[in-house]
Amino acid sequence: MKIIIVGCGKVGSTLAEQLSKEGNDIVVIDPNYERVQRISNEFDILGIAGSGSNHSVQEEAGIGSADLLIAVTGSDELNLLCCLIAKKAGNCHTIARVRSPEYNQEARFIQEELGLAMVINPELAAAMEIARLLRFPSAIKIETFARGRIELLQFRVPEKSILHNMKVLEIPASLKCDVLICAVTRNDQVIIPDGNFVLQSSDVISIVASPKNASVFFKKIKIQTNQVRDAMIIGGSTTTYYLALQLLAMGIGVKIIDKNRQRCENLSENLPEATIICGDGTDQTLLGEEGLAITDSFVALTDLDEENILLSLFVSDKFPQIKTVTKVNGSTFNNIIRKLNLDTVIDPKLITAEYIVRYVRAMKNSIGSNVETLYRLVNNQLEALEFNIREKAPVLNIPLEQLKLKKNLLIACIIRNRTLITPRGQDKIMLGDKVIVVTTNTGLNDISDILAEH
Amino acid sequence: MNYRVIFNLLSSASFFEAAFLLLPLVTALIYGENVAMAYVISILICLGVGTLFRLFRPKETTMHAKEGFYAVAVCWILFSLLGAIPFVITKEIPNYIDALFETVSGFTTTGASILTDVESLTHASLFWRSFTHWVGGMGILVFIMAILPSKGNGSIIHLMRAESPGPSVSKLVPKIRQTAAILYAIYFGLTVLEIILLLIGRMPLFDALTLSFGTAGTGGFGVKGDSIGSYTLFQQGVITVFMILFGINFNFYYFLLARKFGQAIGISEVRVYLLVILSSVVMIGLNTMFMYDNAFLAFHHAAFQVGSIMTTTGYTTTDFNLWPAFSKTILVALMFVGACAGSTGGGIKVSRIMLFLKGIKNELALAAHPRSIRKVKMDGHTVEPEVIRSVNAYFALYIVIFAVSVLIISLNEFDLTTNFTAVAATLNNIGPGLELVGPTGNFSYFSWGSKLVLIFDMLAGRLELIPLFMLFAPPTWKR
Repeated sequence: MKIIIVGCGKVGSTLAEQLSKEGNDIVVIDPNYERVQRISNEFDILGIAGSGSNHSVQEEAGIGSADLLIAVTGSDELNLLCCLIAKKAGNCHTIARVRSPEYNQEARFIQEELGLAMVINPELAAAMEIARLLRFPSAIKIETFARGRIELLQFRVPEKSILHNMKVLEIPASLKCDVLICAVTRNDQVIIPDGNFVLQSSDVISIVASPKNASVFFKKIKIQTNQVRDAMIIGGSTTTYYLALQLLAMGIGVKIIDKNRQRCENLSENLPEATIICGDGTDQTLLGEEGLAITDSFVALTDLDEENILLSLFVSDKFPQIKTVTKVNGSTFNNIIRKLNLDTVIDPKLITAEYIVRYVRAMKNSIGSNVETLYRLVNNQLEALEFNIREKAPVLNIPLEQLKLKKNLLIACIIRNRTLITPRGQDKIMLGDKVIVVTTNTGLNDISDILAEH
Repeated sequence: MNYRVIFNLLSSASFFEAAFLLLPLVTALIYGENVAMAYVISILICLGVGTLFRLFRPKETTMHAKEGFYAVAVCWILFSLLGAIPFVITKEIPNYIDALFETVSGFTTTGASILTDVESLTHASLFWRSFTHWVGGMGILVFIMAILPSKGNGSIIHLMRAESPGPSVSKLVPKIRQTAAILYAIYFGLTVLEIILLLIGRMPLFDALTLSFGTAGTGGFGVKGDSIGSYTLFQQGVITVFMILFGINFNFYYFLLARKFGQAIGISEVRVYLLVILSSVVMIGLNTMFMYDNAFLAFHHAAFQVGSIMTTTGYTTTDFNLWPAFSKTILVALMFVGACAGSTGGGIKVSRIMLFLKGIKNELALAAHPRSIRKVKMDGHTVEPEVIRSVNAYFALYIVIFAVSVLIISLNEFDLTTNFTAVAATLNNIGPGLELVGPTGNFSYFSWGSKLVLIFDMLAGRLELIPLFMLFAPPTWKR
């Protein structure tokens, strides 16, 4: 597919990297010559220095033959203008990043009336992600498949858990519940475990299960599954506003601490049900006064990554029972941050890129690929994909144990007529099924790609 | 530095050379020549070297700018070292340094020869000599890249940047492999077109093939003692046109094929290039009118020679050493200008000279108005200061290497014109110079030390100085 990306900041370059690795023809446009130069050296893409809203520049980038234009510059208006011009010049799909809350209320209008395929708001996306996690605080990350019928949950095996030193094989028998462990992260290494793999505490494991089975499983291994009662949020940014709105709607108490008086006043106008505290969120006495010890969850959303990380480290050190969420912004030190024993780390820019990649995959779907949903986990090392089996493929009607699958690949789940099948060796994939595959091999496009060699 | 990834590339290069050597082997078999065995041995040596390098498996396959430059330089040297082997085994060029000179001259599309009697060579060796031009013209690694499947990381752009001629590299399409494939398709198509036209002009197939290879790569090895002199006017005419066509920036053809005529005409470099050729032909034609039977012949030879020198091909139809001083001076000036960037030609390149002159114009304006802000523009785009800086660095390096080479060559006690034009003809990848190294002379008179210097000049000229210099600059060796 031919894709033009306008703006190569963090989101733009992440997109360019991901999408070009998946075999798309990428052209990036950015007014900064050096940046364009660097990114087109690094990845196999074409770079054009110029303004993306300029018709002749878009022409040069080949807008006529492009399938998609993604505008992710820093300015909402510029992004919208790029998409409008592209729409007129090339009749391609367009995606714009629009982050300002004032446009957000009109997102639907903008998307429909301006003919955009997708409008993405990084702050809103991050807030939704955080809200989802606070509903189920034991997980580090939750993704849904098949319209919510299947969940993929990531969580850390606690100290002294019964899972410690247990073989993957023994889990269904000893716990009497139907879940599948599809990936284990240990020492920065993603492993797709076989039956004899032995779990240890402080492994981060990913399971696939229906929501009901998942809650049974968590009860059995004695992990709390109730949604949090209240949340303490440090930093009153746009994300905070979106998050508070959602949490309040879910009946979760919200307390926001911010230094800036003006911001606090704005927040209290817009969020009358929330408690707004004007003060320094890094002040331990203040945190104590405001009842840090009795709160259920703690969200660090200040503008400084370092401050967020330190705050969360402090909280989880002092009160290990509190669920913490830490925001970092396009950090290049993800591998270090993950070692820090932080609970959940949220990166709005990565989330944005992930949403768009998901859209591109789905768009490709209509052209040739059959990926319905795609999630990337553990710093993009792991992919979970949902395939729709619509036509004949070499994998159909053969017992799974006879298929020669690629290494590091697992068929996590088959959904047939709305019923969930946790696949065993005798099961077969049939026409009309939905199949969820977990793998460390990136770039699968079709269900037949799961085979080792054709 | 990641040596293993370079070794990996060298291995591929050796295998490719073995494949290329199959062609002269087939030629030897067709003509029933007894050198076939020599080519079989050469192929085996290439395969052996390739296997040896393959033993080092790279742990990390990404290639950075530095590795790119080194890989290109080392690859070209290895290619030349291996390519020279058959000439020595067949005893057609018994001295290895001489054989190396001939091969480097071939791959760098120079066309300078140490052979006193070309026609005594076997068809197989003549074919190999000309085929090296065709391979070297578009670039060895670009070819490998276009063919070899590899994981799609963008790092191969560093190879392309180091190998392809011109001040900056532009991709035609987002994927570099596709870009390389498009360039080779254009190259291949034009070559085939020339072969067909020469065959229509009743040229024997062997001559049509070898001369087309020489034209396409802007090389200049002929298969006759008097280069192109003994062919018909029509055949010479076809070669003239194609030499000039191969000196044009290949982006031009891409735009034509993609029906972007506006963009094609917008390449100011091509316009300037054609203008320089036209005005030189007119001046030389008028200047040499008295030497030929009629005006048509004078302009015919002027056009052939201007096309040949400007595109750095180096074919000759007439001994231009006998021309008046004014015409000779124009030719020497054209030697330095060279062809367009992004073509197969050598020399300094028209676009680089245009940027240089524009830079000078800006400097002059800046001297008059110290606070004025000026940007160099070309084809409607602003040229970044880094590009201008790299052009200036290129000129500085060019002058240094030129002066040092002339100094070393002068130890042979030849006249200044010979020394000067010998270096100019090799550093610009042209072939013939003036006086002793003129159209009727050759490079066999030089001592082996001078030949090594000229070999260096040819490689430096083809790879545009920087890669080869990095190879010999100790500070860049460190990790």
